Parts: sequence; structure tokens; C-alpha cells
Amino acid sequence: MVHIEGLERVLQEHAFFAGMDDGYRDLVAGCAANEVFHAGTYVYREGDPADKFYLIRHGQVALEVYVPGKSPIIVETLKSDDLMGWSWLVPPFRASFDARALELSRLVSIDAACLRGKMDQDSSLGYELHKRFAPIVAARLAAARRQLIDLYGHPEE
Amino acid sequence: MTPLPAIADAAEPMVPIPFRIERTVKNLSDTFTVDLRPEEGRKPFHFAPGQFNMLYQFGVGEVPISISGDPQDPETLVHTIRAVGAVTQAMAGMKRGAVMGVRGPFGSAWPVEAVEGSDVVLVAGGVGLAPLRPAIYHILANRARYGRLVILYGARTPRDILFRAELEKWSSRLDTFVDVTVDRASGGWHGNVGVVTKLIGRGGFDPDNTAAMICGPETMMRFTIQALNDRGVSNERIHVSMERNMKCAVGFCGHCQFGGQFVCRDGPVFRFDRIEEMFLVREL
Ligand SMILES: Cc1cc2nc3c(=O)[nH]c(=O)nc-3n(C[C@H](O)[C@H](O)[C@H](O)COP(=O)(O)OP(=O)(O)OC[C@H]3O[C@@H](n4cnc5c(N)ncnc54)[C@H](O)[C@@H]3O)c2cc1C
Ligand code: FES
Repeated sequence: MVHIEGLERVLQEHAFFAGMDDGYRDLVAGCAANEVFHAGTYVYREGDPADKFYLIRHGQVALEVYVPGKSPIIVETLKSDDLMGWSWLVPPFRASFDARALELSRLVSIDAACLRGKMDQDSSLGYELHKRFAPIVAARLAAARRQLIDLYGHPEE
Repeated sequence: MTPLPAIADAAEPMVPIPFRIERTVKNLSDTFTVDLRPEEGRKPFHFAPGQFNMLYQFGVGEVPISISGDPQDPETLVHTIRAVGAVTQAMAGMKRGAVMGVRGPFGSAWPVEAVEGSDVVLVAGGVGLAPLRPAIYHILANRARYGRLVILYGARTPRDILFRAELEKWSSRLDTFVDVTVDRASGGWHGNVGVVTKLIGRGGFDPDNTAAMICGPETMMRFTIQALNDRGVSNERIHVSMERNMKCAVGFCGHCQFGGQFVCRDGPVFRFDRIEEMFLVREL
């Protein structure tokens, strides 16, 4: 379900936009829409075109790997104030995981084609957004590596 | 501040006192809890949250294990043990009625009295929740003396969550924020997946008026300290519990030396700014 409302205010409250120039935020808001996902429904699936990214307002979304004949493996869960999806920035623009709402979740989606168009026109907007995505990607990569090492048991094994 | 409880038999700190196993509970595939009672006629066992005992398995050996029970119940001595090697695996096979030797309590304690009035953030990984549990009992028993109480816990998988029923009970309290995360899970899990450091931003504590206490493997504590620092919690507000191999537990043998400190006597709980330099030295 997609709703469009005064999204400037919603974006202003999300951690991703903290301290961002109003003008840039309004440009992004022009590509944004509210979306609601009920528990168990998919926001997107692995391999889908990455034509949006999402800001989580409320709820919880699991990033999962589908395993034939078994329960999916959850690799990360995201909650309010988290950002979800950066495949829209990287060719071939395809989702790398399934994203499934674990509970009723309210998200803001940002249309990738719309935003890429604005970033191509205004490279300073593009630079601003890349500066905000890079630390998130780096922190997620560091966290994913820590998840590999059994931090709570025998890290040496 | 109340002085720390002295060892049960101060005259003979090297002589284990026999305690009988009253109950054993298998918490996880490799982790179990024993409730011990002193043999007839012995005094109740007082301890401060964070202190440990040397537990002696007759004929096998002796290991340092933190006390995981309620400091307000000196009649029952509780230990939660992960079976990793010769002694702890032998202990895992002990049944109700068997006798275990106990020396202690030893070491420093979580500063639960000194931090009254501030927010408290407790971060545990794996079996590290056991040494923090007495601090949680103490704080909950004196809840009005503290600000926000935040309990963050990380485990490998949902099957490895220690004291799950108690975490759920604490989480249902309106005055306590509990968040648990695992490294990986399958579809049936509805909680968090991700490293424990990711939870730190969610507790809503005041970094300038927060006391953090961390217990888990050193690597986990290192990353947790970084995450707390990133949130503005300074090192003198952070306490950690250190582990080193021990023999005497009373500061004689030097086995547990950590830089200029003895973990058995000066620790195991240290204020982080006091050991920061050593903590970051590799191979110490
Ligand atoms: C102050 C203090 C408090 C402690 N509190 C607890 C507690 O509450 N519960 C608890 O289960 N343990 C606790 N420990 C750790 C416990 O003392 C050791 O796990 C125990 O000494 C191992 O002895 P073992 O003979 O069974 O294994 P060993 O034969 O000595 O070791 C077997 C293998 O296990 C590995 N190993 C040893 N210790 C650990 C460890 N701590 N974690 C992971 N792998 C290890 C060794 O590298 C080795 O490969 C504490 C340690 C200290 C210093
Ligand atoms: S164990 Fe002997 S000095 Fe600490």
C-alpha cells in the first residue's frame, strides 16, 4: 500500500536526514512515499529490481536468505531509524536479500529512478547522499564481519 | 560503600569448603547451573555481585567461576558454568547430592552502590550474562535508587540465549529496557539479528550520567566499549569483568597477572579507564 503525504516532516524526524540541508531533504522528499507492510509480507525479494530504498519509521524488517525446503536464514533485522537497501546505488540494481516485515512496519520508500535523476542533475546532492550512505555501508560490513566470529563464545575457533 | 564480603573462611583461604549440590539445571547444550548449599552447621554465604569462587572438583581440578545467584539469598550459592575443558566438563556430569569444594568469595565487585542515581547499562555476551545477573537482581531489588535500566544481551543463535525466561520476565517490567540479539536465526525468530553493539543506541540512556557494566569475551567487550564511547559514555563510567587463568585466587602466585594488576585480587571487575592501556596491548 502506498500513500503520499507531507513527507518532508517525516524525513526530518528520521536519523538518516539528521543535519541535512532543508533544500536537499525536500528534493529527496519529492521522490518519497509512505508504505505499510503487514507482518509476514515481503518488502522486496532477492533479485528484484532495486528501484527503491527505504527508511524504517516503525516496525521491524528481516533481511533473509531463502533456503529451499527450509526456513529462511535471517542475517540482520532492521528497526526504526534504520535505512534499508543500497542496491539502488550499485549496478545491476538488484536486491541481494529478501526483506520481510516481522511485524506491522511503516516505511518511507524513496524512488531510485527519481532520485538518481536528481543526483545526476545536481552532483552536490549526489555527493551529500553518498557521504551519508558510505558510513552506513561501512558499519554494516564491520557488523557483518563481527557476526561471523562468534563474539560471545570462542572467537578463536 | 559497604565493604566487600570476606572469604568464607578467612583463616584458610586455600582450603576448599565442601558444599553439596542441591539442584542442577541444564541451561543450554554446553551450559548448566548448580545450586550449592554449605554442609550442616556452616555460615550463610555472603557475596557482592561480580565476585567469584574457586570451585574444586575433587580429583580433577579447580576453576574460577563467577557467582550467578541472588546476593540477597545467602543460603544458596549459585554458579552457571559453561563446559569447555577438563574441569568444567567433569562438573557438568555432577549430580544432585554430590560435593564440590568452594573457596571464596574473591575479587572486586560491580559498583552497584556507587552508581546509584545514574542510568545503568548492562551489556552481556554469551555466558557473560551469568556474572552480571547478581547485579541485575540487586538493581531490581532497589529499583527506585537508579535511573533507566538497560539490559542488552548478545548470543550466537536463539538456542544459545542464557536465562531466556528471566530475560523475558525483566523485559515485561515497565521500568526496565531489555533487548536481545543473535548472530543468526531462522524464520521462527522474531527478535533482533545483528551484533550486540547495534543495540546500544536503542536504550535511551543519558551518556553523561550512565554507568555501563560489560561482561563477555574480551573481543566482544572491546567492540562494546567502542560503541559506548561513540555514544558519549566515557571510560571512567565503564566497568568490565576480566578473565585470566588462576591458581591461588588470593594474590600470591602471579598466575592471573594482567600488566601490573592481579585479576584475582584487583579484579575481576575493573573500571575501564584504569586498565585501558593494558587492555589494548596485544598478548597481555
Ligand atoms: C574471574 C573469572 C570468572 C569466571 N566466571 C565464569 C563463569 O561464571 N562461568 C563460566 O563458565 N566460566 C567462567 N570463567 C571461565 C572458567 O574459569 C574457565 O572456563 C575454566 O577455568 C576452564 O577450565 P577447564 O579445565 O574446564 O578448561 P581448560 O582445560 O582449562 O580449557 C579447555 C579449552 O577451553 C578453552 N577455554 C578456557 N577458558 C575458556 C573460557 N572462559 N571461554 C572459552 N573458552 C575457554 C581453552 O582455551 C581450552 O581450549 C571465569 C573465569 C574467571 C577468571
Ligand atoms: S591467581 Fe594467584 S595471584 Fe591471582
